[in-house]
Amino acid sequence: MPLGLRIALIHLTHRRRQTVMSLLGITLGVAFFMAVSALMRGSEADFIDRLIDAAPHITVSDEFRTPPEQPVVKSYAGGAIRLHGLKPQTDTRGIRGYKQKLPLLDAMPGVRVAPVLSGQAILTFAGKEQGVTLNGVLPELMGGVSDIEEKIVAGSLQALAADPNGIVFGRALAEKLFLDMGDNITVSSPVGQVRTMKIVGLFDTGTTAIDEGQAYVLLKRAQVLLGRPDRANRLIMQLDDPYAAREVAATIEERIGYRAQSWQEAQESLMSVLLIRNIIMYSVVSAILVVASFGVFNVISTVVMEKRRDIAILRSMGFHARDVRRIFLAQGVIIGLAGSAIGIAAGYGLMALLAVVKIQPPGISDVVNLPIYWGADQTALVVLVAVASAAGAAYFPARKAGRVHPIDILRGGMA
Amino acid sequence: MSEVLRAEHVTRVLPGEVPVTLVRDVSLTINRGEFVNIQGPSGSGKSSLLYLLGLLDVPSEGRIWLDGVDTSGFVEDQLAEVRLAKLGFVFQFHFLLGEFTVLDNVMLPMAKLGRLEPEAQRERAAGLLKELGLGEQLHKRPDQLSGGQRQRVAIARAMANEPLIILADEPTGNLDTASSRNVQQILSEVAHTRNKTIVAVTHDPEFARAGDRIIRIVDGRIESDG
Repeated sequence: MPLGLRIALIHLTHRRRQTVMSLLGITLGVAFFMAVSALMRGSEADFIDRLIDAAPHITVSDEFRTPPEQPVVKSYAGGAIRLHGLKPQTDTRGIRGYKQKLPLLDAMPGVRVAPVLSGQAILTFAGKEQGVTLNGVLPELMGGVSDIEEKIVAGSLQALAADPNGIVFGRALAEKLFLDMGDNITVSSPVGQVRTMKIVGLFDTGTTAIDEGQAYVLLKRAQVLLGRPDRANRLIMQLDDPYAAREVAATIEERIGYRAQSWQEAQESLMSVLLIRNIIMYSVVSAILVVASFGVFNVISTVVMEKRRDIAILRSMGFHARDVRRIFLAQGVIIGLAGSAIGIAAGYGLMALLAVVKIQPPGISDVVNLPIYWGADQTALVVLVAVASAAGAAYFPARKAGRVHPIDILRGGMA
Repeated sequence: MSEVLRAEHVTRVLPGEVPVTLVRDVSLTINRGEFVNIQGPSGSGKSSLLYLLGLLDVPSEGRIWLDGVDTSGFVEDQLAEVRLAKLGFVFQFHFLLGEFTVLDNVMLPMAKLGRLEPEAQRERAAGLLKELGLGEQLHKRPDQLSGGQRQRVAIARAMANEPLIILADEPTGNLDTASSRNVQQILSEVAHTRNKTIVAVTHDPEFARAGDRIIRIVDGRIESDG
């Protein structure tokens, strides 16, 4: 063992009480750092997973990011042209030629696509009315782009193909309207179309907004009800790698012109909130370790004061100032490492305890366990912060120790 | 006898609002195997001269040669290297490291120098301690020893790296008469049988008489040398 490290260890083991106290500070700091980080990042990962599962990874909508160029501007490119009072062409809204675009998108590796025509509709039954978002879908394609089929608790989405007047919606909505499987319900659209439809499926996602606000019908039926024949207003996609959505969306938009929005773009403000939340969380838990490192500073400052004679004799013997500095710096690093080791064990214990706690988040009907992140990266981060804090706290007394001039002590005898 | 230490016109002034001259224009030569005692009244600059000769302090003016090498241009790290390899120190207070055993204290300079393997360091340290009558105390801590025993450990530590010179600052200043005579005998023997140079500052006339030469310092100057 290097001599400096040995002296550092001997100093620490001979001041057991102070060493234990400073070690305890780092240990608690590390344990709380890990527990809080695991909880926050676990909830973040759970939230993102829910986002990814619940919403399409990419949505192509019937909009353009920039308005299409006017023919006159194209003809006189670079000319001094100014157009006033332009009125967009009156047209049925929706993605033109979506049927031709589907095979193009489906051919992209790792991409599954389905067309959807969404619009508002009112469900009426026994004098009760409920506004919903009506989604016209192709049931055979929905399995690849949505988990709605997994949430079906009665009937099936595929039943829509067999019964063109079928409708699927949330069990919560059915209970609200006192309806059940096989019952008929009146569906009215804003364009005046009214149809009586039969309930062929009920789902339960656990999210109230979806369970009471979304309904699925056959695409053709939706096109009739919403007065948009041969149109879809969204192409929804799921990817094998959800995190590639941003790049894939850019490629799609470049190819077909319509706005392709990745889930990351759609949730940008939410993602930045998560980022800010992480910054705040890590600042607070790091502050715990910084406060704990004051204990290390205190112990090592005391050791330096008490060991001035030893430092003087070491220096007179031929130890360099940097050798002396390293002895005291090593004490900080040892406390940081030892505190981290015990703290990590305690942190995992806390995380295991938190992992069995059950909660029912607002808006979710299921009781779930607290989401915990078990990644090793947070362990590496906490060790880095703990050792850096402890070494930083040891640096100043160590520097002071390195500046001790042997003669000042030797002249003073027992000083 | 060959020259081992030489000071030429060495002056040490402590800077400050009122500069204090500790050592004034001192020139001397010390040979190998000599037992030199520096005497003088309190505050005359004896210890300051010893620190300069021991390269613990640097002169404001003048030069010091150690083993034929001019140390005047040396930086702090070089001086530390020279002290480690060529000098040994004994102080009035033993300055042993309290948490280390007697054996570990003596091994410390050898471990720092790294010239010997750890086992050889242990053997040499144990051998030195046995020669100084401390063979039974190897694994004790300094606070378990008497004052005289502690000072003998300090002498063993000073001898650990086979230094050219052992510098001692009032080595018997804190000891009873019996222990003082014992330390005096040991240092005398080290000088005369091991051919080590001893430079000691002392107030003790009997200790001074045991040496080969007495340098008397008054007001930072050499008053007499012989």
